[in-house]
Amino acid sequence: MQAYLKLDHIDKTFARGNATTEVLKDINLTIEKGEYVSIIGHSGCGKSTLLNIVAGLTGATNGGVLLENREVNSPGPDRAVVFQNHSLLPWLTVYENVKLGVDKVFAKTKSRAERDAWVMHNLSLVQMAHARDKRPSEISGGMKQRVGIARALAMEPKVLLLDEPFGALDALTRAHLQDSVMALHQKLGNTILMITHDVDEAVLLSDRIVMMTNGPSARIGEVLEVPLARPRKRLELATNPSYLKCRQRVLEFLYERHSFVEAA
Amino acid sequence: MSMPAIKTELSAATIPQAAAAPVVTMTPKRAPRAETYARMAKETAARVVPPLIVVALLLVVWELICRRAGSSLPPPSKVFKDTRELILDPFFDNGGIDKGLFWHLSASLQRVAYGYSLAAVAGIALGTLVGQSVWAMRGLDPLFQVLRTIPPLAWLPLSLAAFRDGQPSAIFVIFITSVWPIIINTAVGIRNIPQDYRNVAAVVQLNPLEFFTKIMIPAAAPYMFTGLRIGIGLSWLAIVAAEMLIGGVGIGFFIWDAWNSSHISEIILALFYVGIIGFVLDRLIAGLGKIVTRGTAAN
Repeated sequence: MQAYLKLDHIDKTFARGNATTEVLKDINLTIEKGEYVSIIGHSGCGKSTLLNIVAGLTGATNGGVLLENREVNSPGPDRAVVFQNHSLLPWLTVYENVKLGVDKVFAKTKSRAERDAWVMHNLSLVQMAHARDKRPSEISGGMKQRVGIARALAMEPKVLLLDEPFGALDALTRAHLQDSVMALHQKLGNTILMITHDVDEAVLLSDRIVMMTNGPSARIGEVLEVPLARPRKRLELATNPSYLKCRQRVLEFLYERHSFVEAA
Repeated sequence: MSMPAIKTELSAATIPQAAAAPVVTMTPKRAPRAETYARMAKETAARVVPPLIVVALLLVVWELICRRAGSSLPPPSKVFKDTRELILDPFFDNGGIDKGLFWHLSASLQRVAYGYSLAAVAGIALGTLVGQSVWAMRGLDPLFQVLRTIPPLAWLPLSLAAFRDGQPSAIFVIFITSVWPIIINTAVGIRNIPQDYRNVAAVVQLNPLEFFTKIMIPAAAPYMFTGLRIGIGLSWLAIVAAEMLIGGVGIGFFIWDAWNSSHISEIILALFYVGIIGFVLDRLIAGLGKIVTRGTAAN
């Protein structure tokens, strides 16, 4: 198996003064091209730190990240991030927010007209073309997250990193957006690494679920293959035995073997 | 047997929709134009009338107090009578310092424009440096905190010694007075840029210049304009005092000259103009800030 994205023996230690906290210990993970992998764990287990390390926003203490066999240790558009709180720039319109990344990534390879068409194409992918001249304050939370996804997709990343992308949304909007992401993954075949704390979301969307033990010194506890054919439909899956089995496995891991202990 | 039943149900369901459609598309009745104007006039009156009443009352009280014989200050009626010429012809120029009020005010405004523009550029640059770099902050912040407490006029003798001329000294006093709030507010704005925006810039790989123009300036703009607004107020305060000392043309010197010739009415007229222009300058910067930062504050 040729690894597309490889997390190689990653340790992460935070030092504050004399006190050091080991957050992540010996994380090894390989992800194939086109694969959808979720990382699930209790809050505080360092899963967001892990995503930041892959994104290059935080450095690993030991080990490193390999993308197509090349080490990456600084942020870049080849690993575009969809942030949990959308992080759209409020003084730019929807169009300009997406254009910011497009102008940088395709500065030399695309003409002005091509870049404009590419921005609009990506906004249409997430059904936000109609709001191109609106500012983030004028659209709903779900719409903001759609634009955030369009901004990341428009950079044509090798790996799309989703940091709890649906965490701040209400249940109905969340389901709607999950379906959109599934359809986009089906259509574009992106490699996706997603952080989540929602068991149903992880099973519904992922090819593999990486379950993390509790911190400090969180490790990968278990990796579960989700043997469900795509395209998946949430209503049909509700009674699908292998869906239920996967769900059961993740729940057992999270609530029996590694139940969350509130830090004293 | 059940099929027709469903059909009738469906058709029955569509009927009320069709009937309801015209009701939905009906536009609300538009208010007549005269009514709209009447409402606007009412709203304007509600804002303009109370301050007018207060001003009128104050003028009456002032007139009553100062009309007695031997009063040290002139009543408003005498102020108007004495300064009629100055009010009606602000553009005369008899050479030297015998000029209309327009020339005095424009000389002062010019000095403020120079000094304040320099302060805005330097203040935003230094504020960005201090906000962005921890070491710059540790090194410069204590200095700023001490220097900013020095009263504007205390700088004047030093700047006269350095520049040996009134004009650059006055501009320097404006600069040194208004630069501190701009530096300090800009620094706070830069320090408060959310980490999210920095992450976005990092993923998109903006270079430092693009980061400055596309992220820092717009994100910190509300803070910068707070500083700029305080700065313009302070520079207008400082110019009047500075001009009293350096002489020549300028509203500050006009006031000092009027005092020396015991033209108290002229002083009162000049104060009125100083107040109005200070107010306009403040509103100008506030309005500019509103235009520039639209959408920035709301998230």
